[in-house]
Amino acid sequence: MTSNTEIPVLKKKDFQSDQEVRWCPGCGDYAILSAVQSVLPELGIPKEKFVVVSGIGCSSRFPYYMDTFGFHSIHGRAPAIATGIKVARPDLEVWIATGDGDAMSIGGNHLIHTLRRNVGVKIVMFNNRIYGLTKGQYSPTSELGKRTKSTPFGSVDNPFNPLSLAIGSGATFVARSVDIFVKHLQETLRRAAAHDGAAYVEVYQNCNIFNDGAFRYMTEKDSRDDNVVYLEHGKPLVFGKKGNKGIRLSGTRLEVIELVGHLGPENCLVWDEDEPNPAIAFMLAQMGPPDFPTPVGVFRAVEAPRYHEGVSRQIEEQIETRGQGSLEDLIYSGELWTVGEGGKITGGRS
Amino acid sequence: MSTEVSEKGSSQDREVTREKMDEVVIRFAGDSGDGMQLTGGQFTATSALLGNDLATLPDYPAEIRAPAGSLPGVSAFQVRIADYDIHTPGDAPDVLIAMNPAALKKSLVDLKPNGIIIANTDEFNDRNLKKAAYDQNPLEDGSLEGFRVYSADITTMTRRTLEDSGLDVKTQDRCKNFFALGMIYWLFNRPLETTSEWLQQKFKNRPEIADANIKVMKAGYNFCDITEVFQVRYEVEPAPLEPGTYRNIMGNTAVALGLVAASRRSGLPLFLGSYPITPASDILHDMSRFKNYGVITYQAEDEIAAVCAAIGASFGGSLAVTTTSGPGLALKSEAINLAVMVELPMIIVNVQRGGPSTGLPTKTEQSDLLQAMYGRNGDSPLPVLAAASPADCFNGALEAARIATRHMVPVMLLSDGYIANGSEPWRLPRVEDLPDLQTDFWSDPETFEPFLRDPDTLARPWAIPGTPGLEHRIGGLEKEDVSGNVSYDPLNHEKMTEYRMDKVARIADDIPELEVTGDQTGDLLVLGWGSTLGAITGAVKAARRDGLKVGQAHLRYINPFPKNLEEVLSRFEQVLVPEMNTGQMAFLLQGRFLKPIISYTKVQGKPFFRPEIYYKIKEILEP
Ligand code: SF4
Repeated sequence: MTSNTEIPVLKKKDFQSDQEVRWCPGCGDYAILSAVQSVLPELGIPKEKFVVVSGIGCSSRFPYYMDTFGFHSIHGRAPAIATGIKVARPDLEVWIATGDGDAMSIGGNHLIHTLRRNVGVKIVMFNNRIYGLTKGQYSPTSELGKRTKSTPFGSVDNPFNPLSLAIGSGATFVARSVDIFVKHLQETLRRAAAHDGAAYVEVYQNCNIFNDGAFRYMTEKDSRDDNVVYLEHGKPLVFGKKGNKGIRLSGTRLEVIELVGHLGPENCLVWDEDEPNPAIAFMLAQMGPPDFPTPVGVFRAVEAPRYHEGVSRQIEEQIETRGQGSLEDLIYSGELWTVGEGGKITGGRS
Repeated sequence: MSTEVSEKGSSQDREVTREKMDEVVIRFAGDSGDGMQLTGGQFTATSALLGNDLATLPDYPAEIRAPAGSLPGVSAFQVRIADYDIHTPGDAPDVLIAMNPAALKKSLVDLKPNGIIIANTDEFNDRNLKKAAYDQNPLEDGSLEGFRVYSADITTMTRRTLEDSGLDVKTQDRCKNFFALGMIYWLFNRPLETTSEWLQQKFKNRPEIADANIKVMKAGYNFCDITEVFQVRYEVEPAPLEPGTYRNIMGNTAVALGLVAASRRSGLPLFLGSYPITPASDILHDMSRFKNYGVITYQAEDEIAAVCAAIGASFGGSLAVTTTSGPGLALKSEAINLAVMVELPMIIVNVQRGGPSTGLPTKTEQSDLLQAMYGRNGDSPLPVLAAASPADCFNGALEAARIATRHMVPVMLLSDGYIANGSEPWRLPRVEDLPDLQTDFWSDPETFEPFLRDPDTLARPWAIPGTPGLEHRIGGLEKEDVSGNVSYDPLNHEKMTEYRMDKVARIADDIPELEVTGDQTGDLLVLGWGSTLGAITGAVKAARRDGLKVGQAHLRYINPFPKNLEEVLSRFEQVLVPEMNTGQMAFLLQGRFLKPIISYTKVQGKPFFRPEIYYKIKEILEP
């Protein structure tokens, strides 16, 4: 912060608007809202600097429940609107709430370009693998074979992997968490907030009405430890109820190994989130059931030039070298001629 | 300023008749690689400095590199210069420079009887004749009887001039347009300095290219001077323009300048979100150079992102603009509607082109009028303005910004390919005379309500992020009056719909009334809008000289219409509306005022010519 005016100590309730929250009872969105409202006050940033932008969908109701500046926009376009805000006003903290339909389907183009440009916005993508607001059609992250209102015989539509897409787009911060992993989600959001550049966080979110239990395999107490691997920078990828399994890089593929006998954590892949080459992060993004646990945590956190800063810098440089432009000079430029009284013509200005 | 060039071999050595003309229309036509736009532009710049009134019309192919020598590959630039006040780039050329057979073939239909043709004979070979679908060489078969044909081996003479230059033949050939330009400069008795200086500036780092072009231009000039190609030299005297400082300006550049002016006069930073599209891209190009004016230009991933970024910037407190053409406007509709709903200021510049779909990208049309008015879901009114000439685009941009910020509403400014790329002399305004657009953001948290309206304009407050205590949410869902909270209440929706309509309707109190020129009452009103102004003005003048009782009015404000429009319509027996679409304005007027309108339409990708409208007036009044 450049200003030295004192920032009042903010609390979670300062970020809660007076609007009644209207998601279905039991929806995973509540937990994500609570996590964001817990993390933002900690950041030491005045409340009026936050802008929350969303598109259309259940998750996109998010801004109404945040007592910040908010913009509930149109389907898929939140990254484009947020980019305009951030580029015009780099002093603002711009967050995006979006879903798998909003971000991965209708808004896919804006998402990839926002990530590629590394505009400093924070994107929280609620992935429930279904269209909730329109009452239960399959989404671009729904698995093959899924039966929904629009796929009564099962989906034949190959899904996107949201994190592979983000990594492939050149995203500089890519992470995943789960709605009910309270601490983990908060920590992941904290990391996203601290990242200088575009941050993309996929949050697995349970839609208990149209796709209940989509992530049960990784949230139920007894199956959770065997199905989730936590990515922690500098630590080996070890998982399982007793910490008895690990992920090893063998040649060009990842494999699950049992940590018995001569095999221990030292044989596992040690996680390096700031590795410039995104190849391993991409491989991890592809990991999941049935053969692999699902990774959560930070997949990628690297430093790269930020678009909005480049824009501001160019303007500063031009003002530096050419001086603050005068409107007079701009209008009176090019080949000028002057018509005097009586019609006498001379080149240039009068 | 002297118009003589002191070169040896002066034309005083032989008899040359000098003939005065009050105006002349010249068309430079050649292959798209022949530099015809540049050549025409140079003739224009030189003539402007001599004080002629002028108007230009480029006509280039949609394909970037159509096959050389082919008919689709012809690029042309028409310029009209005059010693009096003119409004259009002319109807039929007096002089045609045809750099190849295809150029001749395409332009011949337009050429005036007894017009001058200057043909580059070198290019009239079998191969090129075939490409232009000529069975025989028109320069030799007598088919050009009725025109004055001057043939010259322009390519050969260019090469000969540059024999010792050390340039390769390809580079030499690229100079041949300057030979033709030199000939035209001789024919119309213009000095070579403006173009020489321009070449030296342009090729600062490659002086050998500048020198070669200048040498070739002089060679073309001297060729006319020494040989007896032409028996006549023409003079076009300066036009009695109003005193002031002028520059020649194209509509797209005028939009860019008008937007910067609006930014300065309002104190708002300027943000342009755009996606390249013909014929609007030049606004983006121009504005991206204005970085030291603090202008942010954002070339987005698509049309939708471009307008959305502008909406975001507006929310953040910028003077936000998006520029596009018809197909792009179609893509932007949903986002523009969002701006209508959240009541944020924005300027949408639509440089219309031939449609529907991809249509005729490089040709002009006015067929997006109804799209601009109604191309959105729901009852979604927004102000629509139309610029009437290249220089008027400056005023249009300023005015759009004024209305947008004062009334908190997205405003559509319509231009079209004709005025976007056409040019005319612009009498430059004094900065201190430009309107004051000072805009203030809301700052008081005590009295703040996101949708509390100004009692006069019905505008809501502009409350930008970063202002303590003004945290609020906006969005595309219907909002409750005053509080702006989401509301599905039926009566509230009706009330808000009426507010949005009424807010735009009330702008009629904030714009000038419609002026009528010519007869104030009478038999016929010719009512135009947009780029038809020049042709209509010329036609009405001519009709009035014939003694017909005709008035003329031009709509710069289309939504809302000027308050007195109905009264103006009632003063005339009949109303003629010429427009470059199938009658969209006529449809609007009839629907609104229940008055029969004579619709006169043209959808050929070309602007109206004066005679077309003149004869239409005659046909109506002297059947
Ligand atoms: S439909 Fe599903 S995602 Fe939407 S609010 Fe209800 S539970 Fe949540």
